Amino acid sequence: MCRFSTPTACGRRSSRTRSSESYESYKSYNTEVEASEAARVSSGFSRGKEGTVIAKFEAAEISLLRSLVSMMLGIVSPGQTSDDPLERALGIGDSAVPSDPVLARLFPSAYEDEKEAAEFRRYTEATLRDGKRADAQTVHETARAGRAELSPEQAQAWLRSLNDLRLTLGTKLDVTEEVHDEIAMMSEDDPRYPAYVTYDWLTYLQDSLVRALW
Amino acid sequence: MTIVWNDPVNLMSYVTYVFQTVFGYPKEKAEKLMLDVHHKGKAVVSSGTREEMERDVQILHSYGLWATVQPDSVK
Repeated sequence: MCRFSTPTACGRRSSRTRSSESYESYKSYNTEVEASEAARVSSGFSRGKEGTVIAKFEAAEISLLRSLVSMMLGIVSPGQTSDDPLERALGIGDSAVPSDPVLARLFPSAYEDEKEAAEFRRYTEATLRDGKRADAQTVHETARAGRAELSPEQAQAWLRSLNDLRLTLGTKLDVTEEVHDEIAMMSEDDPRYPAYVTYDWLTYLQDSLVRALW
Repeated sequence: MTIVWNDPVNLMSYVTYVFQTVFGYPKEKAEKLMLDVHHKGKAVVSSGTREEMERDVQILHSYGLWATVQPDSVK
């Protein structure tokens, strides 16, 4: 599991932090970094009235978020059900494990036994696909620059969708639990850098949303 | 039984929140289960009939957790 749980996830942690000689100097340096980052990084979520959540974003962040959820809608196609009207009405669809590793992670097998897993998938994957698409649509429709209020249902859709985006990017990047240390060490010239920073930003948003909902 | 497996992406805070939301567990219990998943690689998060476990797994998959049903007959 990803251990990361402070707002400093957003942005690059300076390598200077590592070279601090004592714990105390590390701590005071880190506090300064957190304070300055908190001031700079105003985006994220906070608790609103009656279960609502307040989302604050810059225009550039919204266009990035929208393009990410559009990518998601491209990856997760609508649930395929058979031509049989009864099976379609019941949401019965494909039973094969997706060959794409991202889809295999988004729709994992529910049983170790292949036959049981296929049966479960036949009855659930189409519904799960439609749910993930609906969540992504909600993010696309409610994401706006500046301040926006999300209903409790919309906030849940954001929560699931941000996680779907992290699972998608995380699978593509083949991340490990040490991903945040890797990003801190990574050169900005590294071709993987933009994707890792995007992943880190999504992690920060996800954690911010969980804390606003708690 | 419903089992949740460790993975490198899901956040500790998120997993705790999902256990609270999906199962209505108090925060302490949800946190303990989350830590079991993190340290032991997996944890039993609920038990009941096959139908109940399948419903739990489907909800957990909607939240992106890696969950499986372990049939009791295997015990």
